[in-house]
Amino acid sequence: MHGDHDLGARHAPLAANCGEYRSPLQCLPSSATDITVSSDNLVEISGLNFWYDKRRPILSGIDMAIPRGKVVSMMGISGSGKTTLLRLIGGALKPRTGEVRVAGKVIHKLDREGLYQMRRRMGMLFQFGALFTDLSVFDNVAFQMREHTDLPEAMIRDMVLMKLHAVGLRGAQGLMPSELSGGMARRVALARAIALDPMLIMYDEPFAGLDPISLGVIGNIIRRLNDALGATSIVVTHDVQESLKIVDYVYYLSDGKIVAKGTPQEMQASTDPLVHQFIHGEPDGPVPFQYPAAQYRDDLMLGG
Amino acid sequence: MSKRSATASVSNIGHHTINGVWRLGYASRFFLLILLQSGTSLRRLRLIIRELYFTGVMSLIIILVSGLFVGMVLGLQGYHTLQIYGSESALGVLVALSLVRELGPVVAALLFASRAGSAMTAEIGLMKATEQLSAMEMMAVDPIARVVAPRFWAGVISMPLLAAMFSAMGIFGGYLVGVVLIGVDEGSFWSQMQSAVDFRGDIVNGVIKSFVFGVAVTSIALFEGYDAPPTAEGVSGATTRTVVTSSLAILGLDFILTAFMFQGV
Repeated sequence: MHGDHDLGARHAPLAANCGEYRSPLQCLPSSATDITVSSDNLVEISGLNFWYDKRRPILSGIDMAIPRGKVVSMMGISGSGKTTLLRLIGGALKPRTGEVRVAGKVIHKLDREGLYQMRRRMGMLFQFGALFTDLSVFDNVAFQMREHTDLPEAMIRDMVLMKLHAVGLRGAQGLMPSELSGGMARRVALARAIALDPMLIMYDEPFAGLDPISLGVIGNIIRRLNDALGATSIVVTHDVQESLKIVDYVYYLSDGKIVAKGTPQEMQASTDPLVHQFIHGEPDGPVPFQYPAAQYRDDLMLGG
Repeated sequence: MSKRSATASVSNIGHHTINGVWRLGYASRFFLLILLQSGTSLRRLRLIIRELYFTGVMSLIIILVSGLFVGMVLGLQGYHTLQIYGSESALGVLVALSLVRELGPVVAALLFASRAGSAMTAEIGLMKATEQLSAMEMMAVDPIARVVAPRFWAGVISMPLLAAMFSAMGIFGGYLVGVVLIGVDEGSFWSQMQSAVDFRGDIVNGVIKSFVFGVAVTSIALFEGYDAPPTAEGVSGATTRTVVTSSLAILGLDFILTAFMFQGV
């Protein structure tokens, strides 16, 4: 299973595209083209099943491979198991059966110290940023550096400013999270997630609730940072239009199963009714508009 | 129908009992984890000092003002009772012993639970609801070591100090009413107090009580916050439970400690 996806080196390193690290908008990589197979997978998921209640599985038979250096998206409607999958990759949950390997190590078999060592090489952007509300923007970004390194404060300062500059918010270093807009908070959280130059960056709904400009900026930064850092990114999202512009490969989840996968072009051209409904935002189709219920007529009559 | 209802009631009692035992076990495990993870905060004292400011210093106003009024009421009530027996000169003893042995630790702990305990629960509950604790976990930083343990030690350290200040302020309030306002002899007020209050038997026991209350209130507040469902209703319910459970724990522990400490008195 692993390594046989048509994924590979699509994007040149940022330096080839964007010599000076200035505005996120100047550094967008070239548009999507076909990608080649890579056997060097950073994340490998095999035979994964997860449930809280065995009668209602959340994830069933997931097999997935995410090659190094790629931006891979997991799409699906709300409740399809995307975020749970992300939490399994991050080691916040343990699979009931199957395994998740990150950098060759089975995550759920790591002890606490091993898991924490692994997490130091991961960055995660939470849906609404999850910034520490009692710390300033600067201190939020410096948090991991202060916790995990013995670097002098002067060096931490420079590193924080570089990270904030990369997301275009160097000027906001003194602000508190309550003074930021939703898009700015997301960008600060992104700067925090890349504070220690992680090998794997996970994004949980990075586009949720953003205005069109912030949406484009965040999308751009995700792609650009991934290429600049030589990292691997997993983007959990249901924002089709924005994510298809920046990702290399898409897994489509429905009811806890992978029902479709392919490049953004393949997904857009898909004739699968489920994928078609999702990609084109059709209100009715295989995913019904109505939540399952008794007959409308019968329900209305119940009141007498 | 009644048989089904009886079965449901028994099942309900069983469910609540199992839930209660499970929660107690979870709380004990949480308490042990705090102690085990305290190394980081004890090594990085600035984390505790920061929390001491929020839990201790910010509680000073309510503690001092309440202490003053409680002492004044004690002075007034004590004088009216003692004068019936012609022992108004013992007012200082009455005020001091009441405060140092009982009212100081108990009332200060009740105020601490309402002011600092509820704030701790709400803060940690909201940090959980806004995924700040999960974010910390994902950054390989243990939230118990980084967020919970410093607050625990700050609460445990500040509680005896606040109780001592409450008692001192209360004695001053008793002095104001008894000596300055009513005119009890100042010399007998202070000298009788000095001879009757025993350092080991009264003051140290009072400090031990407030220390135990500090451990209880802070543990309950932190556990409720950490265990709060991540919703507005969940955090509000946890905050209420902190105040109710802490108050009951303080009063229950006070009875047990008093029974042991003052057996022979």
